[in-house]
Amino acid sequence: MSGPSTYEPKSGFTKWMDERLPIIRFGADLMDFPTPKNLNYWWTFGGILAVCLVIQIVTGIVLAMHYVANTQMAFASVERIMRDVDFGWLIRNIHANGASMFFLAVYIHMFRGMYYGSYKNPREVIWILGVVIYFLMMATAFMGYVLPWGQMSFHGSAVITNLIGAIPLVGEPVKTYLMGGPAIGDATLNRFFSLHYLLPFVIAGIVVLHIWALHVPGNNNPTGVSVKDVKKDTVPFHPYYTVKDGFAIIVFLILFALFVFYFPNALGHADNSIEANPLQTPAHIVPEWYLLPFYAILRAITFDIGPIEAKLLGVIAMFGAIGILFVLPWLDTSKVRSMRYRPFARSIFVVFVFACVGLGFCGANDPDKLVFKTQADQLALTYNNTNGQPQREIFDDYAAAKSKLDSLPPTAGAAIEIQSTGFKWLWLSQILGAYYFLYFLVLLPLLGVIEKPKPRPASIADSVRKKHGSAPAAAVAAE
Amino acid sequence: MSEHGSKAATTTGVPAGETRRDFIHIAAATVAAGGVAAVAWPFVQQLAPAADTRALSAADVDVSKVPLGSEIRVLIGGQPFFIRHRTPAEIASAKAGDTAQLRDPATDDSRLVKGADGNLNPAILVTSGTCTHLGCVPVGPAQGSVGEFGGWYCPCHGSHYDTSGRIRKGPAPKNLAIPKYEYSSPSMIKISL
Repeated sequence: MSGPSTYEPKSGFTKWMDERLPIIRFGADLMDFPTPKNLNYWWTFGGILAVCLVIQIVTGIVLAMHYVANTQMAFASVERIMRDVDFGWLIRNIHANGASMFFLAVYIHMFRGMYYGSYKNPREVIWILGVVIYFLMMATAFMGYVLPWGQMSFHGSAVITNLIGAIPLVGEPVKTYLMGGPAIGDATLNRFFSLHYLLPFVIAGIVVLHIWALHVPGNNNPTGVSVKDVKKDTVPFHPYYTVKDGFAIIVFLILFALFVFYFPNALGHADNSIEANPLQTPAHIVPEWYLLPFYAILRAITFDIGPIEAKLLGVIAMFGAIGILFVLPWLDTSKVRSMRYRPFARSIFVVFVFACVGLGFCGANDPDKLVFKTQADQLALTYNNTNGQPQREIFDDYAAAKSKLDSLPPTAGAAIEIQSTGFKWLWLSQILGAYYFLYFLVLLPLLGVIEKPKPRPASIADSVRKKHGSAPAAAVAAE
Repeated sequence: MSEHGSKAATTTGVPAGETRRDFIHIAAATVAAGGVAAVAWPFVQQLAPAADTRALSAADVDVSKVPLGSEIRVLIGGQPFFIRHRTPAEIASAKAGDTAQLRDPATDDSRLVKGADGNLNPAILVTSGTCTHLGCVPVGPAQGSVGEFGGWYCPCHGSHYDTSGRIRKGPAPKNLAIPKYEYSSPSMIKISL
C-alpha cells in the first residue's frame, strides 16, 4: 500500500545516517503513509490508545518508585503516595483513572472495528493482535488492582484465582503457581507487582506488531471499500491525521482530566479504601467497571449442563466470551466490510452494543435483586409446619400476619418478611449473555449468507464527492 | 473546499505568504511547550523527599548524657552527627589551634552555638559526622582513634581533625561542618538538617 519511499535525505548527516540506520526514512515514511481521506473521528481512538499506554507506563514507573510490594506495607505505602509524596496524589489518580480511560478508549476502538468490519480480510492479523493486547490489558489491570491491598483488591483477586482453580486438571496447579502459597499473600503480591510492571512493555511490543500489520494493507475506512487509486482516495498521514488525531486526543484528555481532578474516585470502589482483611469479605464483591460484562456472564450460568457443573460452565462462558473474539474474522461470513451497507447487521450490532453495556450493569448489581417489580411488595409469613415442611403465606395486612405468627409454636421458626416479585438481574444477564453468543455464533455467520447489502460507492473518492454534494468548483462559488 | 492558508490570507487583504500559518504554528508550539512543562513539573518534583521524610529531618538530643571525653553519634534522616563532650585539655587544645596554620581557618568559638543564656558552652561540640573529603564517617574516641590532633581520624584516606573538628592534615578540604542546631534548654539541643 505504501509504495516506494519518497524520502530524500538532504543534509550531509541525514545522508550518512540513511546509509547506516535509515531511521529518519522510517519516520518520514510513517508520516507520509497514504491514509484514506474519509476517516471519521471513530478512527482517532488508535492514537488515543497509544497516548493512554504511554500515560500508564510513565505514571506507573513513578508509582513503582514509592510503592512497597509487601502485605504489611502495601496499603500504607499507597496512602503515603497520596499524602506525603509530592504530587503523588496527582500521579496515582492519573494512573488509576487512566486504566478506566484506557478501557473506555479500547472498547470504542473495538466497537468501531466491529461496525466497519475492520477485522475482515486482509486485516485478520491486525484484529487478532488487538485481541491479544486487550487480553493482556485485562490481565495487567486485574493484577494492578490487587496492588493497593484494599478489601476489594484482596477479595476480588481471591475470586479470580478461585475461578482458575475451577478448570479441570490444570486448574488447581495453575492456581497454586499463581498464588505461591495456600492463599493470596506476600508471594502473590510480589509476583503480581513484577508482572504488572512487565506486561505493559509486552503490550507495547504487540502494539508495534499491530501497527506494522496495519501498515501492510493500510487503514480500513467508513465505507469499507478498499483504496483503488492512492492519489484520489488517500491523503498523507501528516498533517491530515496528525492534526485530526491530535484534536481528538486533546478532547479525550479533557474528559480524562475531569475525572482526575473532579471525580477521582467515581470509578473506584469505596471498599478498596479499607485495608485488606482476609477474615472479612465485603458484602458485595465487584470487579472494576471494565470487567463487569464478563463478570455478569460468569454469574449468569447458574445451571449444570450434563456432567459440567455451573461453576466450570461459568468460567468457560467467561473465557469463551473473550476467546470468541479471536475467531470473529471467520464467524462473519459477509463479504461487505462496513455495516453502513448492511441494514440488518447494523441493527443487530446496535443491539449487541446495548447488550454489552447492559451486561455491565448486570455485573454491577446483585443477581438476586430485581431490575423492576412486576407487582407491589407483599407481606409474607414463613414458617415450618408440623411436618417440618417450609411454608410461605401471603398476607394483606400486618395485623393478620402478626396474629398468625403469634398463634404458631416457637418451634415453627416463623418470621414475617417483605416479598418482592419482579424481574431479576440474573435473568437479564442470562438473556443478554445469550445474545452475546448468539450474535457471534448464529447471527453474523447467517447474515453473511441471507442479507442483501445496499449498493456501495465505487471508490472512497466517490463517496466523499457524494457526501459533499457536488464538485469542488461549485463549493468555491458558494463561499 | 480545499482553500486554506495562503489563499485565505490573500482574500482577507493580509500579504500572501505563510505569515498567518507561521503564527498558528508558533502559537500551537508555545501552548504545547507550556503543557509539557506543566506536566513535567509534578513528575520531576515527585522525586524530592516526601512530606514524611521531611518531617523526620530534626532530632532532640540530651547533651548531658554524653560522657566526658567521649561522644555520641546520632543519625538524622540517615546522616551522622557527632556530639562530643570535651575535656578541659581538649578545649585548651582547640583554643590553641585558633592561631595555628589552618587549611580552613575558623576559631573554636565560631564553631559553637550560644545557649539560651547567651553564653557559649565550650564543653559540648556538635559537628557533622561526614568527612569533607569523600563522605566517610571519621572514627573518634569511642572507636579508639582520634588522629594526630586529638579530634577525629578518617580511616578512608587519612584525614586528621582536631578537637574543634577542623581539618589539620590529610586530603579533606574543609572542617567538619557545624549543623544547624539550637539549645532548647541548657541540656537539650535540637539538630535540624
